[in-house]
Amino acid sequence: MTPAIKAIDLSKKYKDLIAVDTLDLLINKGELFALLGLNGAGKTTAIKMLCCLLPPTSGDAVLLGDSIIKQPTAVKQKINISPQETAVATNLTVKENLELIARFYGSSRSEARTKADAKIQSFGLADKANAKARTLSGGMQRRLSIAMALISEPEILFLDEPTLGLDIAARRELWKVLRELKGKITMVLTTHYLEEAEALSDRIGIMHQGKLKALGTANELKKQTHKQTFEDAFLTLTGMEALI
Amino acid sequence: MRFMAFASRTTKEILRDPLNLIFGLGFPLVILFLLSFIQSNIPVDLFEIKHLSPGIAVFGLSFISLFSGMLIAKDRTTSFLMRMFASPLSASDFILGYTLPLLPMAILQSMVCFIAAIILGLTFNINILMALVVLIPTAVLFIGIGLLAGSIFNDKVVGGVCGALLTNLSAWLSGTWFDLNLVGGTFKAIAEAMPFVHAVDAARAAINGNYANMFPDLWWVIGYAVVIMVAGIWVFRMRMKG
Repeated sequence: MTPAIKAIDLSKKYKDLIAVDTLDLLINKGELFALLGLNGAGKTTAIKMLCCLLPPTSGDAVLLGDSIIKQPTAVKQKINISPQETAVATNLTVKENLELIARFYGSSRSEARTKADAKIQSFGLADKANAKARTLSGGMQRRLSIAMALISEPEILFLDEPTLGLDIAARRELWKVLRELKGKITMVLTTHYLEEAEALSDRIGIMHQGKLKALGTANELKKQTHKQTFEDAFLTLTGMEALI
Repeated sequence: MRFMAFASRTTKEILRDPLNLIFGLGFPLVILFLLSFIQSNIPVDLFEIKHLSPGIAVFGLSFISLFSGMLIAKDRTTSFLMRMFASPLSASDFILGYTLPLLPMAILQSMVCFIAAIILGLTFNINILMALVVLIPTAVLFIGIGLLAGSIFNDKVVGGVCGALLTNLSAWLSGTWFDLNLVGGTFKAIAEAMPFVHAVDAARAAINGNYANMFPDLWWVIGYAVVIMVAGIWVFRMRMKG
């Protein structure tokens, strides 16, 4: 398997706090990798470093051959992110939002238009193509947010809590989209919904207090902890079992 | 040229917000007409259209800080900026994208103010064009304040700082509503240490055709504009680095 992401001793320290502690991680091309952990475990900091949004205190990560420290611009051209909150330009229409992101990644005006039309069709946004983003429902905004992340045709996609606040129907709809993308692009997913990670991901990494505590498939993690459910395995690995 | 796409988005976001049009254009025009009406009934030198219109133009420009500050702060608080920062856009693409579209908007805003002033009796001549040029550093100053405020504060605080505090300060300390000599003392000293009265005086000198009298007032404005803009760019870049 070819690695898409290789983190080597990646660390982030803030004065007395170690947010990410010597993270060593290998994610393969086409893999859907879930990064889990309790609040403050270091997931978001790790993702921010991998997206070149935050400089590491030490260590490095190589994304498809480019270092996040030495070649951040090359890395940024290959990745995209769907942030935790629906990050859309509210006074722009659905189509304008999509065209905007396409142009940021180097598409000409006409290429951006063509790509936006294609994403509008594939994400079922045709009825709302000319509607301002602020008029969309939460589910539709989230769908647009992910379409915006995909319009640059990224080789690696970071999804930070993509289904947070969505109703069950909208969540299942997004799961379908992510399943269709599996194998085509590398995806790194952070979520608090354990069943989501179990249902979608090829492998799961569990972070606790800045360290990668466990790594494997959901079944492997259950076996490792001798637990029947993934939720119990997660609680054991994050040291919460004794407290509950 | 990626900043052009971003600049186009900035323009759309600002112009599509009706509140921006109400405050940026409507409010200064209402004040201009109101004070001119008062002047026509009770003549006051200060409210003569030649004297009043440069002050109203500067007052109108103060809303530019609110527009840009709110947009940047909202982008930060809604994670839109996080999405942008993860893209290949450079720091200069962002700064140009946020600030450049505001300059033609500011010039257009001043033009509308002077067109209204012409309707109210201001003589149309080359001096008006000179006043528009002289107001450009003032526009840059307010754009810089917006960049700085938007990079530091959240949208609620920007609303307070730029929407209430700055617009009031720039009005009271500009010598537009009342002659600063009437208050004098510390108030006048503070007003003269700030750029607003200098911006109004430089524009008044231009309108009156006294080009030599535009200085040193214009230097004050240019100095403030450069310092505030550099500070805004520095803070924005710091934000980009996380």
